[in-house]
Amino acid sequence: MSTSTTTRLMSFDEALEKFDPVMGLEVHVELNTASKMFCGCPTEFGAEPNTQVCPVCLGLPGAMPVVNEKAVESAMRIGLALNCQIAEWCRFARKNYFYPDMPKNFQTSQYDEPIAFDGWTEVEVDGETFRVDIERAHMEEDTGKSLHVGTSGRIHGADYSLVDYNRAGIPLIEIVTKPIVGTGAKAPLVAKAYVAQLRELLLGLGVSDVRMEQGSLRCDVNLSLRPVGQEAFGTRTETKNVNSLRSVERSVRYEIGRQGALLEDGGTVVQETRHWHEDTGVTTSGREKSDAEDYRYFPEPDLVPIAPSREWVEELRGSLPEPPREHRARLQAEWGFSDLEMRDTVGAGALLLVEQTIAAGASPAAARKWWLSDMARRANEQGVDLADLPVTPADVARVQALVDEGKINDKLARQVFDGVLAGEGTPDEVVAARGLAVVSDEGALSAAVDRAIEANPDVADKIRDGKVAAAGALIGAVMKEMRGQADAGRVRELIIEKLS
Amino acid sequence: MSSDLTRRTAAELADALAAGETTSVEITSAYLDRIAAVDGDVHAFLHVDAEGALAAAREADERRAAGSVRSALDGVPVAVKDVLTIKGLPTTCGSKILEGWVPPYDATVVARLREAGLPILGKTNMDEFAMGSSTEHSAYGPTHNPWDLDRIPGGSGGGSAAAVAAFEAPLAIGTDTGGSIRQPGAVTGTVGVKPTFGGVSRFGLVAMANSLDQAGPVTRTVLDSALLHEVIGGYDPQDSTSIDQPLPALVAAARQGASGDMSGVRVGVIKELGGDGYQAGVRARFDEAVQLLVEAGAEVVEVSCPSFVHALAAYYLIMPSEASSNLAKFDAMRYGLRVLPDGVENPSAEEVMRATRDAGFGDEVKRRIILGTYALSSGYYDAYYGQAQKVRTLISRDFAAAFEQADVLVSPTAPTTAFRIGEKLDDPVAMYLNDIATIPANLAGVPGISLPSGLADEDGLPAGFQILAPALADDRLYRVGAALETLLTTRWGGPLLAQAPELKEVSA
Repeated sequence: MSTSTTTRLMSFDEALEKFDPVMGLEVHVELNTASKMFCGCPTEFGAEPNTQVCPVCLGLPGAMPVVNEKAVESAMRIGLALNCQIAEWCRFARKNYFYPDMPKNFQTSQYDEPIAFDGWTEVEVDGETFRVDIERAHMEEDTGKSLHVGTSGRIHGADYSLVDYNRAGIPLIEIVTKPIVGTGAKAPLVAKAYVAQLRELLLGLGVSDVRMEQGSLRCDVNLSLRPVGQEAFGTRTETKNVNSLRSVERSVRYEIGRQGALLEDGGTVVQETRHWHEDTGVTTSGREKSDAEDYRYFPEPDLVPIAPSREWVEELRGSLPEPPREHRARLQAEWGFSDLEMRDTVGAGALLLVEQTIAAGASPAAARKWWLSDMARRANEQGVDLADLPVTPADVARVQALVDEGKINDKLARQVFDGVLAGEGTPDEVVAARGLAVVSDEGALSAAVDRAIEANPDVADKIRDGKVAAAGALIGAVMKEMRGQADAGRVRELIIEKLS
Repeated sequence: MSSDLTRRTAAELADALAAGETTSVEITSAYLDRIAAVDGDVHAFLHVDAEGALAAAREADERRAAGSVRSALDGVPVAVKDVLTIKGLPTTCGSKILEGWVPPYDATVVARLREAGLPILGKTNMDEFAMGSSTEHSAYGPTHNPWDLDRIPGGSGGGSAAAVAAFEAPLAIGTDTGGSIRQPGAVTGTVGVKPTFGGVSRFGLVAMANSLDQAGPVTRTVLDSALLHEVIGGYDPQDSTSIDQPLPALVAAARQGASGDMSGVRVGVIKELGGDGYQAGVRARFDEAVQLLVEAGAEVVEVSCPSFVHALAAYYLIMPSEASSNLAKFDAMRYGLRVLPDGVENPSAEEVMRATRDAGFGDEVKRRIILGTYALSSGYYDAYYGQAQKVRTLISRDFAAAFEQADVLVSPTAPTTAFRIGEKLDDPVAMYLNDIATIPANLAGVPGISLPSGLADEDGLPAGFQILAPALADDRLYRVGAALETLLTTRWGGPLLAQAPELKEVSA
């Protein structure tokens, strides 16, 4: 896993002049069912290691799985929302391979009989619509989690490893696209937009928490290049561990540059698994796929086939939330956003955040302002997705409410966000702890206004003569004296009262 | 008194308990004494739980004294094959790799035994992971046939069959994947039933081949099997493949059959399961038994099941395929044996897995893991596993057609009587052929019973008579089995086991 040899990259623009990228995206979604895929264990995130386990999810000898009906329902709803066919009859299969974090040394998954198949969705990038065909959405169980203890933090060089089986058996849906072609230079953005939209859709369905940073939505990116004009696909790589929207875009961009340089230099792309490194922004070679394990799939004999009735399917179809495109059109109308404002909101991956902030009480304009300017800047500085900033839509709505109530102003609001992002607590706690409230002591304000009038007699005269616009200079002086912690509106009122 | 108790059938013991003539503690103690006296020679048990059995017996007696009885068999002890989990007792499956493992939960069958009030005497010996037809593949040494201690008791459930035949238990639980209840029954002169697939929960049964495994009763009489079957059978939501339907009335069918009247019953003799390859004495006893059924009013026809000739081949693809995957979990990571590789410093998890599996599994288990891994490999799957599944469908069709012509089908249970320990150990195919008559029922999921048909002339050892019924019609096994049992015991002047040699008792 050495990264010491320098990888030559071709510039993105040059790569796209010569090559046409073909992508395939595999997204794993952890469902938010109360219990696991095949047993009654709870699924709560962050519990003490190995406290949410039983003979079934530990794979103890003799234990047998029972399918979680709620998980099947969620899988079908996801399939329907992606315009898929729902299988009339399908089975689970065993995917056999040895790994310490997999209790049975086989994963109970679906192989050639997925619950949902042949769907599609559309994503928009800069006003252009791209159709993404969905090959399948199938059910499977998650594995446990290995923790390699030692200085390296990786399996090689670890002193020892610990395994937490709480995650083993949590229901997963794997959503696989068909090859996505014809996106050209937009490929990185299309990939990102697809995952962002999937996240939005899954949240709308209420089937997953879709927290990429917690691993409840994980993405593998398959990418190949073919010379422009060539029909046949090139050799692809599968990049794993792409666990933020930003990384989806960056990893596609990186692989295009890497494969482009490789092909240009007369080399060949090796069909392999590659690992994405969030910190350095590169992919490195994992195991080669050509000698990949033979998973020896066969139908799981401990489970009976799943044959959802057509009535059930139609009932689920009837209860789907509105599709993303309609949903966006409705929101745009409700919020009064211009096309450009809406596009920027979607493009920034902020649609859901803005929607939730509005739901928490903020005005659409305020919600958009905070997320697209202040928060976007901070996320960019920190190199994380907006959604992964440790500030919630409710926090943003609360800060805006404090502004609206006159308790703080925009300048102070930014300091409140500094505190929230630094983990100092809720907006109200930060205001209290940092003493950020604007001065609402009328006596102190009034005295400060008096001092400002006294110090600026010329300006005061102008205001007395009706040139109210000149008040700005006095307001500035008062605000300076109060170190910004005053309600500018109230200061203005006081000045005008005193000078009229 | 105590040796008398061990000779009685479970039904007789239940009657004696109900009449207040004896107590569960007396019965359980008598069996524990018998185990202590003869199991050194027989080696039917891997683990005896005297303390637990006596505690359960005392509770049964207290319940009965208080006027609350949990089941017809409340207080009658039972032995359990070591492939079913019992909370707090070791479960080894006859393998070194599980040595020392104590499961934290009860198999559903075990939970039902407890709920019905049956004291559990202990765990019985078996071929490692139920792979074998002689119990010689147990990592803890072979079980000996009470009829001749130099001979095998059948397998894989030789321990359960020998325990019942040696009067070390009135009842036992076995499991049958390709004949592991019925064939040991045949060679030990006892009764064994493989219920309809899905009729008895597999939850807690350490799987060899999930689509074939089925737990069932091992007893000395047909009625006892029916009584035990009603205790352990029925739907279990923890086993997705269990059938959500009430069991047919099994005990009632056995009592009805015991009259010996077979009029109106159509019996089909399976042409393909007999003739060449079957020992003359086994065939003779089978033919006589069929004649008895005719005399009792049965309408006997010959039926042909042409696909049965492929059953053994299909079985030896499907079973190892499933087994190879099931046995992957034994990797030293979480429980059971852990072996560190020799001369490797800081071995990786994979190296520990390899060393453990190499040391922990016996040759027959390794053979089947290799077979199954091969059969499931990409490029071979269609030719092997896929073809075998097609054969399975054809066998089911043969059964369906045969059951159009007959209410039950019959054959010898096993082609031979008990062979000598060691005789077939180096010839796997000869070993596999023991199950040639029992495997079709597993492949099709239909129920079957084996009961003694008499002693073969050439060696004086028991032979077995197999009855098969359509899925869910387990009651027919008991109706016809009980009738044949009545006809045969009348002819013999008592149960066949009365003719078995006395075992040498050692004082504990």
